[in-house]
Amino acid sequence: MITAEEIIKPENLVYTKPKLMNDTHMHYCPGCSHGVVHKLVAEVVEEMGMEEKTIGVSPVGCAVFAYNYIDIDWVEAAHGRAPAVATAVKRLSPDKMVFTYQGDGDLAAIGTAETIHACNRGENIVIIFINNAIYGMTGGQMAPTTLEGMKTSTCPFGRDVKLNGYPLKISNLIAQLDGACYVTRQSVQTSPAIKKAKKALRQAFENSMAGKGTSLVEFVSTCSSGWKMTPVQSNKWMEENMFPFYPLGDLKNE
Amino acid sequence: MAKVKGTVLVNTERCKGCELCVEACPTKTLALAKKEVNDRGYHYAYMENPDACIGCAACGIVCPDGCITVYKVKL
Ligand SMILES: Cc1ncc(C[n+]2csc(CCOP(=O)(O)OP(=O)(O)O)c2C)c(N)n1
Ligand code: SF4
Ligand code: SF4
Ligand code: SF4
Repeated sequence: MITAEEIIKPENLVYTKPKLMNDTHMHYCPGCSHGVVHKLVAEVVEEMGMEEKTIGVSPVGCAVFAYNYIDIDWVEAAHGRAPAVATAVKRLSPDKMVFTYQGDGDLAAIGTAETIHACNRGENIVIIFINNAIYGMTGGQMAPTTLEGMKTSTCPFGRDVKLNGYPLKISNLIAQLDGACYVTRQSVQTSPAIKKAKKALRQAFENSMAGKGTSLVEFVSTCSSGWKMTPVQSNKWMEENMFPFYPLGDLKNE
Repeated sequence: MAKVKGTVLVNTERCKGCELCVEACPTKTLALAKKEVNDRGYHYAYMENPDACIGCAACGIVCPDGCITVYKVKL
């Protein structure tokens, strides 16, 4: 029987944390989708050789500290304003690869105007959208994306559409805009899903450098703390409840 | 098909015991430590059945904290 020592050699390496993701301990809760998406961002930037040319705009929300974990240049925007900040960064430095990283509260509530208008102007940026159907950072309040009947701290009996309105499929709205060239919905709960999501992210980044317009990659995600489930239960709940309402796949690819 | 053998290294201090790697592993190689915890108090992942590992990397890919390094050889 071959021993572990004989297997653990550089030439046998098949997977390790991307180099751009540093060793700082991430503050995310155990199992949080944010971590997986961070790894994908780091991997894609590395594989494109854009380590020195990428500028991220981090949001207000749990991902506010993204700049501590991925070793590229970052700007931190006020709540919801990331696409406006990214617009300025990209217009002033068109040779840079610019993206925003936003939760659903940031992107689809307080930042709705900035999101829609950046996409409508066709800014050559990538918008990474983490849709966990809840405000994670502030303690699990209802978001525009919260599903009908879903319980949160501000709708403890479940979202009532008569009172709270309907869950917002903002990616579908954005897909209607002429400035958006690529709108896709992905997830990161299994290894095949993650590989697919990585391809989508790569295409989005390539679109931005090719000047094709705005690309938006939505990640249907979990927030085990806000949902009050274990990470494993959260993934199951997401597949059973989120995917029927937020179906995966490309909404637009031009 | 050539036989393969894999092994993983878990950065136990970085691990948060989320169990997603355990769930993703097709060969039931991984488990969470039953008693032992790391400095942050998490029951970290380890190879409970090291002989079963096929080096598929599913555990490493799903780990949100990038704790797992995977190696594989063809026998
Ligand atoms: C101007 C302003 N309004 C409100 C807040 C409070 N606040 C912080 S994070 C957040 C929402 C976070 O939810 P989301 O964008 O979905 O990200 P998540 O934490 O779920 O990743 C809110 C409302 C704030 N920081 N600034
Ligand atoms: S509160 Fe939710 S979104 Fe925020 S880190 Fe925890 S699990 Fe992730
Ligand atoms: S590499 Fe594959 S078989 Fe080995 S522990 Fe990880 S998931 Fe299991
Ligand atoms: S997926 Fe990563 S953080 Fe979660 S238990 Fe496994 S090694 Fe630990």
